[in-house]
Amino acid sequence: MAIKPRLTGYRRPDGMVGIRNHVVILPVDDLSNAAAEAVSKVVPGTMALPHAYGRLQFGADLELTFQTLIGTGKNPNVAAVIVIGIEPNWTNKVVEGIKLSGKPVFGIAIEGQGDLKVIEQASRVAQAFLQDASEIEREPVEYGDMILSIKCGESDTTSGLGACPTTSEAVDRWVEAGGTVFFGETSELTGGEYLIADRCIDDACRLAFQTTYDKYMEVIESTGANLLGSQPTQGNIAGGLSTIEEKAMGNIAKTGSVPVVGVLAPAQEPDKNKPGLYFMDTSSAAAECITLMAAAGAAIHLFPTGQGNVIGNPIEPVIKLTANPKTVATMSEHIDLDVSGLLRLDYELPEAGDRLMTVIDRTINGRLTAAESLGHREFTFTKLYISA
Amino acid sequence: MAGSAPQFLLHHDGDSVAVAVMDLLPGSVNGAALKGGTKYSFDLLAACPLGHKFAAVEIKNGEDIIKYGVRVGVATADIKVGEYVHVHNMRSARWQLSRA
Repeated sequence: MAIKPRLTGYRRPDGMVGIRNHVVILPVDDLSNAAAEAVSKVVPGTMALPHAYGRLQFGADLELTFQTLIGTGKNPNVAAVIVIGIEPNWTNKVVEGIKLSGKPVFGIAIEGQGDLKVIEQASRVAQAFLQDASEIEREPVEYGDMILSIKCGESDTTSGLGACPTTSEAVDRWVEAGGTVFFGETSELTGGEYLIADRCIDDACRLAFQTTYDKYMEVIESTGANLLGSQPTQGNIAGGLSTIEEKAMGNIAKTGSVPVVGVLAPAQEPDKNKPGLYFMDTSSAAAECITLMAAAGAAIHLFPTGQGNVIGNPIEPVIKLTANPKTVATMSEHIDLDVSGLLRLDYELPEAGDRLMTVIDRTINGRLTAAESLGHREFTFTKLYISA
Repeated sequence: MAGSAPQFLLHHDGDSVAVAVMDLLPGSVNGAALKGGTKYSFDLLAACPLGHKFAAVEIKNGEDIIKYGVRVGVATADIKVGEYVHVHNMRSARWQLSRA
């Protein structure tokens, strides 16, 4: 038997385990993007996370934005955070939320002093955070210490034949090792949602799943729109997928065979004492979905693709795999693992799973993914409704 | 297919559509079922690009289209064995408005 490589990661003060050590400059709102990006230029090695929202939101939509911001800061791939907002109240709220993780956090507001003073003060703290973070050492870790997330994109029929079943192998192995896995994409279960309901571990879980699914469907169906071209997408159709059900079956093919142990709201953290496979209520749009999963603490992401989605995430490494030989040939710089041999029957799923675990192990230990090396940092908020 | 790669795959024995795993031209094609490994041959009636589907059985207008052993849509026209299947002759059974 092959000797398992030693896995290393970062144990954070709250016990969460990450595989990257980012110092993040987090704007609370769109107005603070410029200052945050300036700090990341003054102190290279830190990373700004610009985004489009954070103003005039209210109710559940505002709460989800706070949860996304705070969860991103708390993510175990993040060592320390500088929070910059236009005004102090919401800035402090985000700072206090991230502080619960025990990691260094500094907040500063722009009103009353302007960008330049803020950039100077924030840069001085960012420099100290970065130097301190550089001394945090990697320690031995196991799959069971970490959260894996999965979401596919630009799927085609090869996703269901190869890349998604390969991902399934990793999901089962991760959960068997005591780890936690997130899957989502609520609308994209349509036609196979009963298969997920059947896999729910008890009636409470099943009811939560069915309620979540039905509610999302009500929103979609209330628009009265023809979704062909949106779900499945134009790329899906070009790749040969004809209906939402056909796409859903490929999607579900990546969720392993383990039971679903819980249902999470967008960006909600799982129960630390109950590892296993969780369904999270999310959009099927790649950047929105992965941003929410990272905000719930996911450390590493598996992304099966068919036609070649180029997605990345700023704080959570995204491993992309495909079974489409054309995508392997034309978009190799985006692909971390080629499993097109499954379509040629060159090897079977357990071997494809072994190959994926090797890529996962190397990524955990620090090898950059294709998306990380190409600077893909899609950080996209889920908006529940219009702002005030 | 000893020694040669399949030209198409079925997910399950009994599926009504097969998936091309290379670009296929009309004519005789050989493939297999992923689960079960049963070998199949068809006379393909039209070109079928990699990842696209053709009918493995005759499908009447309004009948379910089966893939992965489950319904993934409904035929919107009569479909012959070997005929290309996509949004022009199948639609979602779940989202009634979702059609080309």
